[in-house]
Amino acid sequence: MMPMKRRDFLKAGAAAGAMASLYGCAGGGGKASGHVVVVGGGYGGATVAKYLRMWSEGSVQVTLIERNPAFISCPISNLVIGGTKTMADITVSYDGLKNKWGVRLIQDEVVAVDAGKRTISLKAGGAMAYDRLVLSPGVDFLWDQVPGLNNPEAQGKILHAWKAGPQTVALRKQLEDMKDGGTYAIAIPRAPYRCPPGPYERACLVADYFKKSKPKSKVVILDANEDVVSKKGLFVKAWDELYKGVLEYRPNSEVKDVDVRTGTAVLEFDKFKADVLNVIPPHRAGDIAARSGLRLINNRWVDINWLSMESNNTPGIHVLGDAIFPAPTMPKSGHIANQHGKLAAAAILNLLSGQEPNPDPLVMNTCYSFVDSKSAIHVSSVHRYDPATRVVQPVKGAGGVSAARNEMEGVFALGWAKNVWADMLA
Amino acid sequence: MNPPTAIAALSLLALTGAAQASDPNLARNLAATCANCHGTNGRAVPGAGMDALAGVEKAKTLQKLADFKSGAKPATIMHQISRGYSDEQLDLIAGYFAAQK
Repeated sequence: MMPMKRRDFLKAGAAAGAMASLYGCAGGGGKASGHVVVVGGGYGGATVAKYLRMWSEGSVQVTLIERNPAFISCPISNLVIGGTKTMADITVSYDGLKNKWGVRLIQDEVVAVDAGKRTISLKAGGAMAYDRLVLSPGVDFLWDQVPGLNNPEAQGKILHAWKAGPQTVALRKQLEDMKDGGTYAIAIPRAPYRCPPGPYERACLVADYFKKSKPKSKVVILDANEDVVSKKGLFVKAWDELYKGVLEYRPNSEVKDVDVRTGTAVLEFDKFKADVLNVIPPHRAGDIAARSGLRLINNRWVDINWLSMESNNTPGIHVLGDAIFPAPTMPKSGHIANQHGKLAAAAILNLLSGQEPNPDPLVMNTCYSFVDSKSAIHVSSVHRYDPATRVVQPVKGAGGVSAARNEMEGVFALGWAKNVWADMLA
Repeated sequence: MNPPTAIAALSLLALTGAAQASDPNLARNLAATCANCHGTNGRAVPGAGMDALAGVEKAKTLQKLADFKSGAKPATIMHQISRGYSDEQLDLIAGYFAAQK
């Protein structure tokens, strides 16, 4: 281990952690204390970091380890790809977490977790002790399932743009550079994947851009699923009414490979050549979760306890967001990851003060999708813990979708973004 | 102890049991599920089009939620979301927001 400035803090954290464990066990309902390390500053990780500090009134130390210097939102990023928003509109600083809430921020990557010793190792060197670890690592791609994409050069040409950031900018650039009369194709993996309505929203917003700026161009959706996965009626209506002759939907069209040189998607019985090919490969829980010995379901998603978001086979490690095996009808969304963060924060504070987690947790989801630059549609659901199945189950009679696409919900979608970003980061 | 008193004592016991089983921070936790749109502790971002709930009188919030639930108040989404919460849960939520100054 290299000597470094961080080291003193690490020691201090470990000492505070050891004390917290003692007090935690003895307290039985006292004030929570200890050191929680959060890995990943997205919708789940930023939320849990803020809420741990806020609800403990500063008595719990929180360290957030995030590889990016600022938060960039996936929700709303399709408007950047469509050309009506900029990267600045979807980027939020971590300064609020640091300065207002006293979260210790480290821009780095966690390369290993020792669940037995309760330590993590950082890429830049050094280790850190935790009382509770929260992994909110998002997803990583299964490149081997699209062999032609399994190298960095190919990944720089055929983009996913399914993590907001440089790929968002690069995909927008490819669309701007495409000649009028060209074809943009987006390939959707089999469900479950991150943001179920997201690919259909992106197809709409690219079609909207083409209609206005490149009217001879086409959008083709190559969907590995047998039907539209989310908000089907509303999307199909938008395609019929807004994008007839511009947008084509092809179900049962799983992309098995790509020819990077020609921009061709290889399907099971067919090939499809596009001027801009956008492939979202199948994905699974972020690598750090997959490599930390946590039990995965279907070799892809972390098996968690719904009372605490804690791994079902590795005590002390809580997992949030897209990385977990979802409860019935629960989408992998930013909104849900934020709700996971609050459920976990409440449970962790109880556990750190010697109490059981809340026996009756509830989470809810709202996903807005734009179908053109102004109009949006939503899907909503509420999920309450069911002791019989030990899973959060959708509440019957609640939730639903928009009656019809409308501009008022476009305003609400942007209002949702402003509020959820503040709820996580301000 | 006459029978009515015994029943009252039993009821009290049942109530106490239920209270002990629920989390002391249940209202806080439930209210936090609203914060994605309505702001942390009900303090919505000004000018972003969402109703702030902090400091709103409990009865007023409860009436609004009841009207969303019944469909009396037109909504794009709140009729769907409010139906996911029991009346007891909405009562806790409205009380929590009313107490935010």
